[in-house]
Amino acid sequence: MNADPESMVRARGLRKEYGKEESLIRAVDRVDLDVEAGETVAVMGPSGCGKSTLLHLLGGLDRATAGELWLAGRRIDRMSERGMAALRRDAVGFVFQAFHLMDELTAAENIELPVLLAGRSPRAARRRAAELLERVDLADRARHLPSQLSGGQRQRVAIARALANRPQVVLADEPTGNLDSEATLDVLRLFESLHEAGQTLVIVTHDSRIAATADRLIAMRDGAFIDETRLTGGTSGRLGALLNLDS
Amino acid sequence: MQQEVVLALLAKEPSHGYQLRARLREALGPLGDAMNDGQVYVTLARLERAGQVTSARAAGTPDRPDRKTYALTADGQQRVAEWLAEVSWPKPDLAEFHLKLLAAAAAGLADPLGIIDAQRRELLRRLRDAGRAAMAEPDGSEAALLLEGVVLRLQADLRWLEACERSWTGRKVRP
Repeated sequence: MNADPESMVRARGLRKEYGKEESLIRAVDRVDLDVEAGETVAVMGPSGCGKSTLLHLLGGLDRATAGELWLAGRRIDRMSERGMAALRRDAVGFVFQAFHLMDELTAAENIELPVLLAGRSPRAARRRAAELLERVDLADRARHLPSQLSGGQRQRVAIARALANRPQVVLADEPTGNLDSEATLDVLRLFESLHEAGQTLVIVTHDSRIAATADRLIAMRDGAFIDETRLTGGTSGRLGALLNLDS
Repeated sequence: MQQEVVLALLAKEPSHGYQLRARLREALGPLGDAMNDGQVYVTLARLERAGQVTSARAAGTPDRPDRKTYALTADGQQRVAEWLAEVSWPKPDLAEFHLKLLAAAAAGLADPLGIIDAQRRELLRRLRDAGRAAMAEPDGSEAALLLEGVVLRLQADLRWLEACERSWTGRKVRP
């Protein structure tokens, strides 16, 4: 199979199985995927369709049973544990539904942590955290603990943390699943600004509204991709055509 | 433009046509782009002929020509009151799509699943457009609330398409 050399993420025949024989479950079943640099791709499907497992495979949080996987041209499915750890730290940014911030660290410290773990100086880490808090519009919350922040603010801190080491790809798993509609809009606006800045983004969600913000939407069922829709280009008509206003 | 909407906009105080137009633009935001500027004047003229609106010409200045001020008549006021008390709601036309799937399958003309796919793509693109328009609205925008309604409605339609897909998958379609 030919793979596009420009792909930021590339998977061929990716498979993840749990259990054996009778009870064998194919959580991810022969998935081929190409995500171009700077592209936002949404994978949509009901819970249990394998989309979270797929995201974990793409980000090196879990290993595939079979198949080939590249990130920014690097083959990662056969990487050592050490290599995988470095990859998760430097090349991939994760955003989860439940935020997964460290409760005992402030917003700024949560963002500094991955920078420090990557071996950079405390000074560089502080500078990067300040810069990112500015970017997610939370500069005035730097010293707050997660428990002192709203859900939407926590998710913005989590997104800032995901960006800490300038990852090649950001992987988001139901990023707005725990948020009300206003906070959801904030997160979507933030993703939009990342997209404009050229960040490659893969979002898995069951929510059509989130999925519809992507350039490309892939529908997933029972571990496999079943349909793909390119959303860029928009509708042929004007927005007003969404209502019966021109009659 | 719906006559009752224009009447209701005049209920608070008499206005110029351009003021009504500006009010509508604010309320509808980007969704109002499809609205023809002349529609408000056409509607006002009809309402005037029906005796529900009166107009008075205000003297203009050299840089601002004469402008008509429109006001409600007693008849107009009554129609607004009736409109506000009336319970109405737009009905989505799902039957047409439903029958399209049945007819396509029965005649063996097209695969219902293909029709569902095409429809889903179109709704997803509309959802993207509406979602992006909502994101672009400033805080406290009136149009944002309307866009939220459009988004929620499209999401409901997409869920129904999922139900259609589940039902038609595996159903025997005549070859």
